Amino acid sequence: MASRQSADAAAPAGERELLSAGDVARTVARMAHQIIEKTALDSGAEHVVLLGVPTRGVPLARRIAERIDTFSGVSVPTGALDITLYRDDLRQQPNRPLEPSSVPTGGVDDALVVLVDDVLFSGRTVRSALDALRDQGRPRAVQLAVLVDRGHRELPIRADYVGKNVPTARSEDVAVRLTEVDDTDAVLLRRPDSSSGATSSTATSGREPDTESGTETAESAGGKQ
Amino acid sequence: MIRHLLTADGLDGETVNTVLGTADTLKQTLLGREVRKLPTLRGRTVITMFYENSTRTRVSFEVAGKWMSADVINVSASGSSTGKGESLRDTALTLSAAGADCVILRHGASGAPHRLAEWLDHTGTRVVNAGDGMHEHPTQALLDAATLRERLGELSGRRVGIVGDLLHSRVARSNVHLLRTLGAEVVLIAPPTLVPDGIESWGATVTHELDPQLPGLDAVMALRVQAERMNGGFFPTAREYSIGYGLNAARTAKLPEHAVVLHPGPMLRGMEIAPRVADSPSAAVEQQVRNGVHVRMAVLYHLLAGEESTA
Repeated sequence: MASRQSADAAAPAGERELLSAGDVARTVARMAHQIIEKTALDSGAEHVVLLGVPTRGVPLARRIAERIDTFSGVSVPTGALDITLYRDDLRQQPNRPLEPSSVPTGGVDDALVVLVDDVLFSGRTVRSALDALRDQGRPRAVQLAVLVDRGHRELPIRADYVGKNVPTARSEDVAVRLTEVDDTDAVLLRRPDSSSGATSSTATSGREPDTESGTETAESAGGKQ
Repeated sequence: MIRHLLTADGLDGETVNTVLGTADTLKQTLLGREVRKLPTLRGRTVITMFYENSTRTRVSFEVAGKWMSADVINVSASGSSTGKGESLRDTALTLSAAGADCVILRHGASGAPHRLAEWLDHTGTRVVNAGDGMHEHPTQALLDAATLRERLGELSGRRVGIVGDLLHSRVARSNVHLLRTLGAEVVLIAPPTLVPDGIESWGATVTHELDPQLPGLDAVMALRVQAERMNGGFFPTAREYSIGYGLNAARTAKLPEHAVVLHPGPMLRGMEIAPRVADSPSAAVEQQVRNGVHVRMAVLYHLLAGEESTA
């Protein structure tokens, strides 16, 4: 279940740190400020709910809520929204375990729901989350906050709050690590195991995302879409 | 994960815990919802084939499938070509050819679902045993375990008594296997005439006296006296059975405070369970039925949701 991001002792050749622990904290703080500003939640006009997508979206939502509370004094309810039962690729994968969902008391009706996830990639997770959310009630509006936007959208979906834009190749994997799940805070860019181990600088340009060879690895290894 | 669900015997602890965990998550997911519908099994076809009467098992499988958006079709022996003399094998192959991803079978012959699974093995159609003769009823054992866990917490080290018609009971056999897998201790209590041969191999204590057991039980399950499988002579009168083995208020008073009373249904009130006991707070009969839906949803999820090629 947690095999995707088992902790490594030292960064291997195909791995580069995009955000350090300090960067993660600053990024979360900035996203909290942006949410306060954009939703004007400190004016009391809006009922804002943060819903994290398991696994790492859930602690991320809690952290953002904690920052919002510190900065504005407003306590924003948080919850978890598991999307497994709404995935469009259930049949392409071995069976997935379910994660618990929890919607804060008061529900999502007429609230401004901010969906929180660690990585925005194809957009399919978000589409599933929108379907799952529809079954929870009828929010007044839905926004999306992600720690990392790595591109390669397959659906017309965009984030309202982005911690960091990272141009990536499809074959690469963006691994977000949070202490609540992984005992450490970091965002890592991982290249698939290949013969070209010394191309540490090419990926940052990210201009040739779809021309990389071996595009399967990241998709099949990562559970996140 | 398993391909078919045919018995509780041989289910490993990990599989059982996964299914029960999924059932619990599904229950929480649907709790308090206005629209109880998940898109998970959209496009999957589930056919229930019931050759014996059933209310709760058939209905809860149907509800489970429908809440997950599967197409559920019910076939009963009386309304099908079985009445014209078609064999079970041919009926099953017909259902599979017609597009069944899963066949849920209740049959009077012990072992019928196993045969079905063999016949359908090349087709990819999954088989779930919804009760076969006097053999097994694995989803009943799963929903009983789910209910006991809700009431008692972890079952490891708990002591569960099963009282009544052990001879004809598929519920008892499945429960003994599953409860032991989960670490519980099982005591089987029945008159000597209703104890099946070979019960020593079940791994449970067997006794003919109910009353001395009561104070030490965390849960007690009353089995239905299966008159339809009896051709007389198992006990003198219903009244005599009830006096010896019926769960009445005087008996349940001897149970510990926290003890749970289960009955797989249908209940014969006044026979194996007194109305006052069946309607008391310690009875979990309705909770069992509710959990039955979630457990069967979990079973269908694990058999049908994932990729097709898992053999």
